[in-house]
Amino acid sequence: MIDAYSILWSDLAALKRRWPRYLLTTLMSPVLYLVAFGWGLGRGINMNGTSYLEFVIPGIIALTSMTTSFNGAGTRLNVDRLYFKSFDECLMAPVGLPSLLLGKALIGVVRGVLSSVAFLLVAMLIAPHIHISLPFVIGLLLSCLTFAFLGVLAALLARSHEDMATFGSLILMPMTFLGGTFFSLSQVPFGLKMALYALPLTHASLFLRAAALDQPLPWTSFLVLMGFFFAFLGGGMMALKRMSV
Amino acid sequence: MDNIIDISGLSKEYSGKKVVDGLNLSVEQGELFGFLGPNGAGKTTTIRILTTLTKPTSGTVLINGIDAAKDPGKVKEVFGVVQQHLSLNRDLTIGENLELHARLHHIEAAERKKRIADLLDYVELSDHRDYLIDDVSGGMKRRAMIARALLHRPKLLFLDEPTVGLDAQTRRRVWDLIRRMNREGATVFLTTHYIEEAEALCQRVGVLHHGKLIAIGSPLELRQTLGLVAVELQGDGNGTTYRYFPDRAQASKFIQDLPSSERVIMRASNLEDVFIELTGQKVTGD
Ligand SMILES: Nc1ncnc2c1ncn2[C@@H]1O[C@H](COP(=O)(O)OP(=O)(O)OP(=O)(O)O)[C@@H](O)[C@H]1O
Ligand SMILES: [Mg+2]
Repeated sequence: MIDAYSILWSDLAALKRRWPRYLLTTLMSPVLYLVAFGWGLGRGINMNGTSYLEFVIPGIIALTSMTTSFNGAGTRLNVDRLYFKSFDECLMAPVGLPSLLLGKALIGVVRGVLSSVAFLLVAMLIAPHIHISLPFVIGLLLSCLTFAFLGVLAALLARSHEDMATFGSLILMPMTFLGGTFFSLSQVPFGLKMALYALPLTHASLFLRAAALDQPLPWTSFLVLMGFFFAFLGGGMMALKRMSV
Repeated sequence: MDNIIDISGLSKEYSGKKVVDGLNLSVEQGELFGFLGPNGAGKTTTIRILTTLTKPTSGTVLINGIDAAKDPGKVKEVFGVVQQHLSLNRDLTIGENLELHARLHHIEAAERKKRIADLLDYVELSDHRDYLIDDVSGGMKRRAMIARALLHRPKLLFLDEPTVGLDAQTRRRVWDLIRRMNREGATVFLTTHYIEEAEALCQRVGVLHHGKLIAIGSPLELRQTLGLVAVELQGDGNGTTYRYFPDRAQASKFIQDLPSSERVIMRASNLEDVFIELTGQKVTGD
């Protein structure tokens, strides 16, 4: 555990040097989504009694936690491994592989939480009714953890920087627009709905939305997200074990 | 049983091509061993296998008596490495890079601080501790890597071309440092393309060629197999040719019998002569 913290410590040291710029860039896309979809497109729309704005904000938070956690962990590790080659040094240190994996994922969680909270603060200016409860916080953490480990897994499998970009556009991009962020799943045809339920972001959105709007919590979604978390964790362990070729 | 490195039957293939080919090699505790070979001979690959970064295709490696494939965790506590390429985290300062290494090796805070300060002092980087890696010169980066490798006081040091790109003074300083580490008990496994570096530092050298060990012994022993006296014949047109003799008398006799038009230099042979004769090619730098 202490080893995982050591790795996080180094990633935090790097983040500290440029956090104002970091916050600014990370807030850009969620705020744009908020303005374009929440204010622009969805102004008059009503979703089963809630305004579209209140509907979309928790979705954007789930989305933010996904992108920033994924990139925060994945892109960092990718650069460390393939560009700086400094990940080799971690591999040669007397540190257990689980600690190494967790250490590399933690910076993604930190970045994901920072960005989500920053966006939440902005969003609360516009929609003060968002309900921040304990389940909401736990859901957000789980979402950050899940996508941080997905980022680590992708970075361990990638053989080049392009691989990482490919992963982003093949996996993250579709989730961004289809993962229950911008529309309700009850409106889509059955087949598509089933496909969308296979995406982890869908479940993060469903859970965070219910928690934020003080609706009954979809615990199945929570469990499914947890399943994804363990799958990515296990995948990461396997990738790390086989890594040296 | 005093071998700190025991390599037997080690091979590594990359897409069917044998890069390390049936290597058998032992290095004794406390030795300063030089690992020479032309570009692409497989030196770095061997070091990557010894340091658990790469898995061999076949063969076994014992480090300090521990099987590197079976118990990599234990083995990692034994060695320190300066890799051939830069492996510093460029988002961090020099000091932070060292601190991360010290933390990962479980050196506690007070001791960590002291060792980092001492080592930075020794490699003359104290003034640059808080510089980001991209803001210091190439030689400084290399010195930072050397300082980092020494932080946890490893019993076994792998130095893969540690003095590449260093100026003459710094190189001598690094030599002193390597000798000092060795005197204090560390075994050193060094690769270099500066043959005079191996000659100056190493008690024993091995020559790797196409993944095979083709010679091993002390610099003197290797020179003796070739001849301690070298004669250079600088003929016009067809470049310089070299002849080797066991002693000056035989070399002088050879020169007397030459046509007087030849330009001739007689000198002591050196390790570079041995290297070139063995590998059939001039060593190209870097
Ligand atoms: N990951 C890899 N995949 C495929 N081939 C590789 C890989 N790593 C090394 N090689 C090949 O292995 C051979 C030996 O490389 P290595 O880096 O061990 O040589 P070296 O002796 O260290 O050379 P140099 O003196 O140039 O550093 C080279 O032909 C290289 O192309
Ligand atoms: Mg090499």
